[in-house]
Formats: sequence, structure tokens, C-alpha cells
Amino acid sequence: MKPRWLKGTTNRWLAPSRWLGVALAVLLAAAGHAAAEPIRIASKNSNESYLLSEIAAQLLESKGFAVERRFGLGGTLIAFDALAAGEIDLYMEYTGTLSQAILKLGHDASREAMNQQLKGDGLRLLHPFGFNNTYAIAVRREQAQALGLARIGDLAGHPALKLVFSHEFLEREDGWPGLKQAYGLPFNATGIEHALAYQAIAEGALDVTDAYSTDGELLRYDLVLLEDDRRFFPRYLAAPLVRVDVGAEVVQALETLGGTLDDAAAQALNATVVVDGASFADVAAGFLAERGVASETGGDDLWRSLAANTAQHLKLTLTALAAAVVAGLSLSLLVFRWAVAARSAVYLCGLLQTVPSIALLALMIPLFGIGAAPAVVALFLYSLLPVVRNTVTALTTIDPTLLRVADAMGLSGREQIRHVYLPLSMPSVLAGIRTAAVINIGTATLAAFIGAGGLGDPIVTGLALNDVSLILQGAVPAAMLAIATELAFEGVERVVVPGHLRAK
Amino acid sequence: MAAEAVQFDGVAKAFAGIAVLDGVNLSFPAGLTTAVVGESGSGKTTLLQLINGVLQPDAGQVRVFGEAVPRQAVERFRRRIGYAVQGAGLFPHLTNRQNVVLLAQLEGWTEEAIEVRYAELLDEMDLPEEVSGRYPHQLSGGQQQRVGLCRALMLKPGLLLLDEPFSAVDPITRAGIYERFEFVQRHEGVSTVLVTHDMREAVHLGDRLVILRAGRVVRSGATDEVVNAPGDAYVEQLVNQQL
Repeated sequence: MKPRWLKGTTNRWLAPSRWLGVALAVLLAAAGHAAAEPIRIASKNSNESYLLSEIAAQLLESKGFAVERRFGLGGTLIAFDALAAGEIDLYMEYTGTLSQAILKLGHDASREAMNQQLKGDGLRLLHPFGFNNTYAIAVRREQAQALGLARIGDLAGHPALKLVFSHEFLEREDGWPGLKQAYGLPFNATGIEHALAYQAIAEGALDVTDAYSTDGELLRYDLVLLEDDRRFFPRYLAAPLVRVDVGAEVVQALETLGGTLDDAAAQALNATVVVDGASFADVAAGFLAERGVASETGGDDLWRSLAANTAQHLKLTLTALAAAVVAGLSLSLLVFRWAVAARSAVYLCGLLQTVPSIALLALMIPLFGIGAAPAVVALFLYSLLPVVRNTVTALTTIDPTLLRVADAMGLSGREQIRHVYLPLSMPSVLAGIRTAAVINIGTATLAAFIGAGGLGDPIVTGLALNDVSLILQGAVPAAMLAIATELAFEGVERVVVPGHLRAK
Repeated sequence: MAAEAVQFDGVAKAFAGIAVLDGVNLSFPAGLTTAVVGESGSGKTTLLQLINGVLQPDAGQVRVFGEAVPRQAVERFRRRIGYAVQGAGLFPHLTNRQNVVLLAQLEGWTEEAIEVRYAELLDEMDLPEEVSGRYPHQLSGGQQQRVGLCRALMLKPGLLLLDEPFSAVDPITRAGIYERFEFVQRHEGVSTVLVTHDMREAVHLGDRLVILRAGRVVRSGATDEVVNAPGDAYVEQLVNQQL
């Protein structure tokens, strides 16, 4: 499975983190603006985009240009808008996408026609690499054989099939809506993150999904493509889409990439990364070396991905933690007066904790699908025990004299909770939340396995690519986050709890 | 205001079939301090809890200033009754001032009114202003006890219930608190029910005495009367032991 870190994302969840990344990049740029303006190369959310952009980056670096990698932008429109707005200088686009989804020129518009229209924006589509990575419809080989599926039109005879497409495909005119009309398919389809679709189809969680015809995973998961006998899908020739103001030398260098990859070569390169686990940098370097270009394998933009992953990680953990605090406190306040209920609540939460975290995450998939939602739910369940146990224990061990006084003074039940129970339980409750937060930060690194992103992404990718530095890019910030959380809670405790009541 | 602050009429209370109070008839005159004396298990704490509605009698009736102790919405009722307990029972997370003024704040008093009343109580209890911002554990036992009394009196209750409030304090400190308490009790004119196992304390503070034994009133009356004419072997023993 390819984690999202490799694929980029179309998920709205990441949007704020991208801003954080941009903000960080702006800061870094401001800090070192003496250096020459680097060429900002972006990529979209497929590993092929990553790879082609990495090839372009290394090629330009070998020619002495400074390059800044902004890989993993979430989808076509974001990438195109970023390019048009001058936030990036180039990314890899596909002819079919550009002509239909962006320029609205319809089916196979010529490159000349597209460039004519792009001129006004100061953009140009360069010479394509050569291969056609078109959309394709994939099914499991055994199911295709069992149902006799060979062409896309054959699907119509099997309305029970479960169609799940990548979010972008689901929305695009040249995707599902057009396909459905062209073939008269009587289905409703739902969306999934592209990176996870292969895993899901291989496991039988879905039956039909969109694929790119040069994807390396098609081999890995034993999937077959249905023939597009009505020629619905246009050609998708990958090519650098650049801002003209990037300079003639850059354009000239990139033009040399034209015609260097046919379908088979592209699929093989992709498979080297996806199936064999080689890094983009190494595969790109190998590709260029074959063409006599000695390049250095520059890394990914460390800070951008770090900021994005950290932000996503915080989002997952904070959402889960906040929910666990609200639910845990409410549950505790509801049950603590009844010994049996209180013990049952703590016991139940304890039971959840005994489920191994990976298993708990996996168990969430049938209920909540994949992505951030199941991860947040799993983390939430994991956080409940420390919150509930500490809260219930604190609430049930308050000095009975104080409770007698509170009662005799005429404090209502609510006032007793507010002015006596909660403040007196606060040190223990905070300790519980703190434990939950730290557990959460650690466990959330595993959420990458179900496509939730966060600091687990570089860890998972690093594991897949056997890249220790990549693993550390996730592990070190996660550890620092845990320490920062400890310190933050100490600070909160100092403010909220009087000194003599603090746990020490 | 009724002449009786508290009235017990034929009150019985049992726990798990064991009678703790049995046919108790008592009146606690308004404006005076009535000391209820008994050993542990005599039913004196139960008697106190019947007054502020923590417990309801199995039989008979308890009235406070002529009004039957309510079963519902007891919070309103209890706020008209001050309550102080052994060891002061101050909330450790609140400063001493916060402990004292909590109820007034919940009652929606203005800050000015709270400050005036608080200053008055500090003065009456002879507590220095410095205690206000400190937490209870930073005070001596005697000072905590005085803060506890301030808290009980904050809302100017007509009735004050004291549950062995002075027993955790050393004798010398206790003498000082007795003096302050007597002054405040008269100054505020608050009717007081003091529950204690200490006959000496009861005699010292009580205008009237009630001697409880095994759930029954053995003797009640003005303190002088009871001391001078115990009229009962147990009471006489108590009087002789303590004096």
C-alpha cells in the first residue's frame, strides 16, 4: 500500500496543514532570501507525478539550478491554480486532464491549441514524455473471469458490483459522470483515497475502481483493466506544465525529457518504486544516468512535509483527545455515584485498551472506511481509559467530610460538580488527559496504515523504502511532540491547579 | 419569627431496623445556643442531619422556624442554615476568602455586599486580612476553624449547626475560639445547635443542654438547671466527670 505521504492528497483535512507548510516555507524563504530564487517544482497526488517531478528536479539541479520541491499538492485544480498564481513554477500535467478539466477544450485537443489558450496565463505545456497514462477501470482478475468481464460495458449486467472511485475521478467530467453516461451504467459510486483503493479492491472491500494505466500496483495486486471499447477516456500524455517566466534555459532543459518514456518503461519505473520500494530520488537518478545525466539525489522538501505531517498529526490527536475528554468526563460524571456503574465503565474502557492499537485501527475500517475518520475514532477509544479511570478514581475518593459540608451548605448537585468535585479531581483528571495525549501521539503514528496521514506517513514510507532518514522524519517529531505535550500539560496544571494540590 | 428555632415532635429514625432516635420531643429556642451532648452512637449526628434535611424522620416531624423540613428543593432551605464541622471542612482548592464567600457569589450578591460582609466576619472572628489570599492548609487549626465559622455565617443564617467543630483544636486555641464564637453568636443573634461529646464544651457554650443517650433524650433544660440538678444518674456522671 502506498501511504498518502507518497501520493499527496485530495483530502480537505490537510488544507490547513498546507497553509502551515506554506507559512513555514515563507518564513524559511524570508530567512534566507539572499540565495537565488529556486525553481519551485510541484507534483500532484500520484507516485508517477512524484517520480516525473523528481526527474525534472534532478535534471535541473544537474544543470546548476536551485530547486525547491513542493510535492504532493492535493489534486489538479490546486496544482494548476498554484501554477497560475505563481506559487510554483512547474508541475507534471496530463494532456487529457488539461484539455478537459482545466481548459474545457473537450476530448483530444492538440498541444498547440492548448498552448494557445495557456499563453494568456503565461503558461506552456512542454513536450510529453511519450507514454499514455489514461484512466482505466480495474477489477480483480478472478472476478473478471468469474463474471466474464472484459469491457467496461460488461459491468452493466452486474448491478450488485460495488463501485468505488478516487475522489477526483468521481467529480471530473472526464471521469465517472461522463463514463456512466457514455456506457449507460446503472450504478451509484462512492469515493475513496486513490492510494488505498488498490488495497481495498484486492481485499474485496470494493469491486471496481479507477486506475491509471501505467500504475505499478496493477501487477502487484493482480488486477485487470476493462477495455474502453467506446473510447471514452482521452489520451493522458504526461508533460511538464511550466510558467514561461521560469526562463528559456529551464524550458530547454525540460524539453529534452520529451519522448523518453513509453508505456512499458513508465509502468516499469513506477513499479520500481511501488513494488520494489526504491526511493523516487534513486529511481529518478537511475533514469537520468541512463541518459548520461549525472544528478545528485536531492531529498524531498523536508520542512514542508514535516510541517504538513505534524499538522495532520496534531489534528488527528487533538480531535480524538478533545472528544475523549468530553465523552470521558461526561461518562465519569454520569456513573461515579454508582459504584457498579463506575467500575463497569472503567472496566469497559480498560477492555478497549487491551486491543492492540494496530488491530483497533484495522477494526475501524469496516465501520468507518479509511482515512482520518476511523483513525480519530480509534484514537478516541484509546484515550478513553486514562481519562475515565483517573476521573472516576478522583471523583470517588474525595474526602467525605468535604462532600458532607457541600451538601449541608446547600450546594445543588450541579454546583457541587462545578465547585467541589471537578476542581478537587482536576490534578488527577489532568494527569489522565496527559497520559491520553501522549499515548495518542504515539499511537497516531500507526494511523498512517489506514491512510490517515500524519507523522506515521514518513515512518511507513521509510519502512517500505528501507529509508532510515525517512523513518526519523516521523519518529523524531513524534517524540518531540510527546515531550512538548508533557511540558504543555505541566504548564496547564500550574495555571489550573493550586501548588499544594498538584500531584508530585 | 417563631420562638422556637427548631422543634422535634415525636421524631423517630431507624437504620436497618435499629432505632437511632426514638420518640424525640425537643425544642431549641431562637437566639440561644443549645448544646446536644452524647457519646458516639447516641444519635446526635442523626439529630443534626434531620434538621438540615439530609435525613427524613421515619415518624414525627422536625420544624425549623415553624416550617417543616422540606423533602424537595432542600438547597434553598439549607442556605438559610449555617453549617460548620469538625476539622473545618474547608475546600482545599479555594483560598480562605473564596471558601467564605462561595455561597454569597452563588446567591448573586454584589461584590460590594460580599466585601462588606466578609470584612465584618473577619473582624468578628479576629482573623487578620492576610488569611484571605492563603489556602486553608497554610493556616493553623484554630484559624481554619474560624474561617469555617465565617463560611457558615456568611449568608446571615437564622440557624447555625455545629458538628463538633472545636474538637480537633488544642485546648488553648479552643479557649480563644470559644470566646470569639460566643461574641459572634450574640452579635449575630443566630440560633445555634451545637453537637458535642464534650460536656465541658457544652456547659461552656450552651445556654441550654440536651443530653442524648441511645436515641433518647435523657435530660434537657437550661444549662444551670441541668448542672445543678442532673436528676439522672447518667447526667450526674457526665457532669461530675467533666467538671
